[in-house]
Order: sequence, then C-alpha cells, then structure tokens
Amino acid sequence: MSRSDALVDADWVESRIDTPGTVIVEVDEDTSAYDKGHIPSAIKIDWKKDLQDPVRRDFVDKIGFETLLSERGIANDDTVVLYGGNNNWFASYAYWYFKLYGHQNVLLLDGGRKKWELDSRELTREVPTRAKTSYTASEQDATLRAMRDEVIAAIGKRNLVDVRSPDEFSGRLLAPAHLPQEQSQRGGHIPTAKNVPWSKAANEDGTFKADDELTALYKEEAGVDFGKDTIAYCRIGERSAHTWFVLHEILGLPNVKNYDGSWTEYGSLVGVPIEIGEGK
Amino acid sequence: MSHDSCGAPAGGVTITKDKAGKEAIVEGHVRDSGAPVSTGYARLLGTGDEFVAEVPLGEDGGFRFFAAPGDWTLRVLAPGGVRLEQSVSADIGQITTVEFAV
Repeated sequence: MSRSDALVDADWVESRIDTPGTVIVEVDEDTSAYDKGHIPSAIKIDWKKDLQDPVRRDFVDKIGFETLLSERGIANDDTVVLYGGNNNWFASYAYWYFKLYGHQNVLLLDGGRKKWELDSRELTREVPTRAKTSYTASEQDATLRAMRDEVIAAIGKRNLVDVRSPDEFSGRLLAPAHLPQEQSQRGGHIPTAKNVPWSKAANEDGTFKADDELTALYKEEAGVDFGKDTIAYCRIGERSAHTWFVLHEILGLPNVKNYDGSWTEYGSLVGVPIEIGEGK
Repeated sequence: MSHDSCGAPAGGVTITKDKAGKEAIVEGHVRDSGAPVSTGYARLLGTGDEFVAEVPLGEDGGFRFFAAPGDWTLRVLAPGGVRLEQSVSADIGQITTVEFAV
C-alpha cells in the first residue's frame, strides 16, 4: 500500500462525479453538513447511526455492514471514495472499517470536505438515488483492529502511538478543546505511548503532509520504531484511524492496528497502568 | 455531548450558562461586511502554532472552544484564501469573545 493506492485529490474526484462504478460517500458524525451541501452524486453515511451498534459498544457486525451497503447501493466491485469533515477523521475511520470488512477498492479524498470547501468547489443539496445491491462482506480482518488485552500486552513491546492533543495526553484535558471537559474517566495515557497528535500529519487545509515529512515526524521526531508493530489510539478511535491511514496506507508500514476502544475504554479500566504528564 | 462523541459540530458545542462557569470558553463570529461567513473554519492554536482544535463556522459565522486557561491564537480559514489571526487569553469561568471581519 502506498499514497497513490489510497489517496485521491479533489481534481480526480471532480472528474469521477456520476461515473458508474464509483460511489462518493460523505462520512460524518454530524451529517447536517451533508444536508446543507455535498459533493455532487455523493451519498452519506452517518458514523454514529450507521456504523455503530445502537446497544453494545462496538461497531455494526458483518450482517449489519452488508445490510447498510446493500441499502445504500454500494456493490462489492464499486470504487468507494470517502470524504468528510473534521479533517477526514470519520472518513478515515470508515476507510479502516471498509478495509476491515474486506472492501478493497476504497479511496480517501485528500483534504476531505474542508479542502473542497476552501477551494470553492461545487456542493449540492440534491440527494442521489441508487439501486439496492446485494453486498457481501468478509469476516473482520483482525490484523487491523486492536482490542484492550492486546494493547495492555503491547506496553513496552510495540509502538503505541497516542494521537490526541498534548493536553489530553498529559491528562490536563479529557476531551479535545472543541468539546466540554466534563468526562468522568481518568486522564493520562498508556505507559510507553508516544504522543504524535493526528494534526501533525495534516496540513492546514486538511490534506496529508508529504511522505518524507510524515516519516520524519514519526520516526525521527517521535521515535516510533518502524521495525516494530504499531497500535494507534485516541479517545474513540476516529482520530487514530486518521493516523492508522498515514502509517499503514500512506507510509505502507505492514503491521499497524487501530485501537478503537481507545482512551474512553482504557481510561475506564480497573487496574491497568496509566502514565500522566508529558511524553517521555 | 456524551463521551462517545468526538466531532466538532458547526459553530461549536452549545453550552448552558450553569455549565459555562467550569469552562474556559473562547467564542466569536466571522463576518464579511456584517454578514455571517458560514463556510470556513476556526482553529485554536497553542504556543508555536501548535494545533489544538478546529470547528467549522456555524450558520451565523460563529465558533466556540473549550480551552484550558492560558494564551491562545485563533486562526480563521475561509474560501478565497482568507486567513485571519488574533491572540486571545482564556480563563475558567470566563467567556472570551473574539470577532473577525473578513
């Protein structure tokens, strides 16, 4: 996997609007942005309503994913182009999720919704209709997803990359600064984790930085050992999906997992080690 | 806003007055000749241009952050290459208002 296999720019997407076999999908936690205007021919996926199990803390199972994609008119051999707000956090999460369930032809729009808007490219309120399909998903690819016991076992052995802001990493804040700070779980980070905020991998317009800048960021500046396996985490797993995308899809590191339980799970576990303060 | 959410809603999260006392809020609007700029982004930056948070502007051109106490930089990005910046100080229990004119 490399940048050109996973990432497309706005010109490429513009040229593929209404192209049969290509489905453009806006993914967001708050889909009101889609309703106000989206890339022509794009359909929407709601990160919370469509991708998360409504009862258990988990994402939808294989059958749920098949039902969702069939209803939205996405076929197994379609090329899916994902984009969204929040600098593509939720679109990156959806990308990881599509890969997890075995959809191979999936791409991310570099810069997402922000770059598209800042470029003043066309947005429409017209909602396309797509014929239903009969989508078949694969079993979850366990090589892409880390669960809590694996994370605890990885302390001091694998790279743990905490992609939250330095204030969340140190325990000073419990949530990003665009959210109220009233959560109850403990603050801090998983011992031995390196703090590389997701935002350092992105330019101001939401596009990803160049390969050499990204390599320098993780390898030289943060001391991530590219010869070891890596687990990325944040608070709920979407910002770390952005970093998973950088490490696994753009830089092509072989063994990178996203820990989607992330800090809301880890910071609530009884008996696990927690480190507070600046990174070491 | 529950803990299983992490996205930044347009304009920032709304907050009731009783809760505002526990937060260090930085908020404001972006306007162009008095009219709200509703397509664009407000970024909260720490020392050395360190990115902290970003929200898309609301329908009224508004934005809101829940910062830690201290000094911050606010940067606004909007179509047409608009890039504006102001310094701001935040403190717990205070709502600091910053207005931008394009």
